[in-house]
Amino acid sequence: MEPLLLFPDPAPPELAQALDLGGYPWRPVGDESAVDRQEPPDGWAGAIVCADQNPEAAFAVCRAVRKRDVPLEPLLLLVSGAQLGDLELRDDLFDDFMLTPFHPRELEARLKHLFWRTGRGTRPELIEYGDLVLNLETYQAALSGKPIDLTYMEYELLKFLASHPGKVFTRETLLSRVWGYEYYGGARTVDVHIRRLRAKLGEEHAGLIQTVRSVGYSFGQSRWGI
Amino acid sequence: MERQQDYVLRTVEERGVRLVRLWFTDVLGQLKSFAISPAELETAFEEGMHFDGSAIDGFSRVQESDVLARPDPNSFEILPWADDDGTSARMFCDIDNLDGTPFEGDPRGVLRRGLDRAREVGGYSFFVAPEMEFFYFADNDPSRPPEPLDTGSYFDLTTADVAGDMRKRTIAMLESMGIPVEYSFHEDSPSQHEIDLRYTDGLSMADNVMTFRLVVREIAMEQGAYATFMPKPLAGVQGSGMHTHISLFEGDENAFHDPDDPYNLSDTGRAFIAGLLHHAPEITAVTNQLVNSYKRLIVGYEAPVYVSWARNNRSALVRVPVTKAGKASSTRIEYRAPDPACNPYLSFAVILAAGMAGIEKGYELPDESAANVFEMSDKERAAAGLRPLPQSLAEALDAMEGSEMVAEALGDHIFEWFLRNKRSEWADYKAHVSQFELSRYLPNW
Repeated sequence: MEPLLLFPDPAPPELAQALDLGGYPWRPVGDESAVDRQEPPDGWAGAIVCADQNPEAAFAVCRAVRKRDVPLEPLLLLVSGAQLGDLELRDDLFDDFMLTPFHPRELEARLKHLFWRTGRGTRPELIEYGDLVLNLETYQAALSGKPIDLTYMEYELLKFLASHPGKVFTRETLLSRVWGYEYYGGARTVDVHIRRLRAKLGEEHAGLIQTVRSVGYSFGQSRWGI
Repeated sequence: MERQQDYVLRTVEERGVRLVRLWFTDVLGQLKSFAISPAELETAFEEGMHFDGSAIDGFSRVQESDVLARPDPNSFEILPWADDDGTSARMFCDIDNLDGTPFEGDPRGVLRRGLDRAREVGGYSFFVAPEMEFFYFADNDPSRPPEPLDTGSYFDLTTADVAGDMRKRTIAMLESMGIPVEYSFHEDSPSQHEIDLRYTDGLSMADNVMTFRLVVREIAMEQGAYATFMPKPLAGVQGSGMHTHISLFEGDENAFHDPDDPYNLSDTGRAFIAGLLHHAPEITAVTNQLVNSYKRLIVGYEAPVYVSWARNNRSALVRVPVTKAGKASSTRIEYRAPDPACNPYLSFAVILAAGMAGIEKGYELPDESAANVFEMSDKERAAAGLRPLPQSLAEALDAMEGSEMVAEALGDHIFEWFLRNKRSEWADYKAHVSQFELSRYLPNW
């Protein structure tokens, strides 16, 4: 995988550590002129710019990566709380921002989200459970190597369930987490989609989704026995 | 919405889809389709696909003929049967005018409007589960009498004959397309079968019914047979119905259910039934739209003839199935008039509108008809206040024409077109001299 561009150079230690732990390769740049000079042969995977120490240089780096023929994205901007006002009218310079001091889990979540949204995975994101594989980049689902043809909502529902094996969800939770809005039919919609999903999984695998009486649904078994 | 479109675009690419079929329905309920290449798909989502609507039954007048088909990414489905030119997929379309307003001649739009209205009025969502009946015949040659493939009867487990196999394959294909099946069995008449679809929201179900009729026919054709949804193809035996189970939900709650009522029916449920009964004659032209439909709605063949309701009595027009104890979600009502040759979008729309009229205007539910209404005399029926359903397409059209409720549910465009089209069907039928008349009158008169 290509490295992330990191400003400033040297990188803040806590940032470097969080990225290393998350398995993201990175390379620091000191100013905007270094963006092209230090660019790896396959390009940058994205950028993380810390603007809390030297905002002017930081925004210059942002501008430099954005005005290239192919603007570099995603770009995550780190600012201090006092700098929130500086973001105004600069929406085109970054894709997401985060306050410093940051929480490593938040950094990871935001990077994951950004990479998913721009469709440039840092690694092919897969959810695997037994014979079932969901590729989050291509939206494909397969059972024992054979693709299953799902509709969008069926895919989203299966993705959500399969990423939390063993956990029991109520219909309301599934509706708000998967659909995210009031859909035709409210919570009853969930039952209908579960049944459709089971139909497509086929007899052999329909049991992957369990009905938990008077609660809701769960998928498979927890991997950690909890 | 955007992510749904993105999902469709990626799936088309990943699965090597060569053709995307855009499906929609004319006013009579015939499935229409045109195909686009994957390269056109983005444009189709953004701008819709232009086509000339004047060629489609009930769509538009020649001078204002162009409409836009807007594919609904929710309905994207890879077609499980092989196309000569590789994998293909389908999406149902909503039809818009060129200025972006919903097109008045689009049955899917009519149902959508009805569902939206039920949601605005009472926060209701409308769920349906139709029981689809149909016949398998050797072919579709109208010059020969239809030839059944078996002589089985109700619930018969026939040997591993060709019909049983077709039914099995049909169900497997429906399930693979995300159309779950609840029951299937051999129906009463020779070569007649029934497949019951599991309930879902009205719009998805109307799409499912359209898909269902195609799948049943595809599989039959694959086996060298012909499947028909004609309501009464054989005289002297039962015809095909589309008994439709109906429920309303308010969020997670079944609006028809009340545990304290002896029937387990809530006031809402009672008013909905009252609305259906009150407006039944007016909606019959839509739920039973062929001249032939009225040869099914006669005494003696388990099809409803009189406007009545009951729990276990299968002669009633509306039945309230007794549900298993504690199953609040399955309290529902069954409307027994529709036949499988109806336009499901329009039928569900008028059924919902009739029931909603009952709720909004607070209609009183008459007493249950516990007796078999077929066995009552005309006098007894009149005393019990039982009206007959329309006896012919012409009568049904008269009842429909006088109905403001139906005009409002369908919109003026479809209302007027439907009446005109069906009046002309009736006129053709009236002018026809049938085999019955020749056999009966020619030798003696």
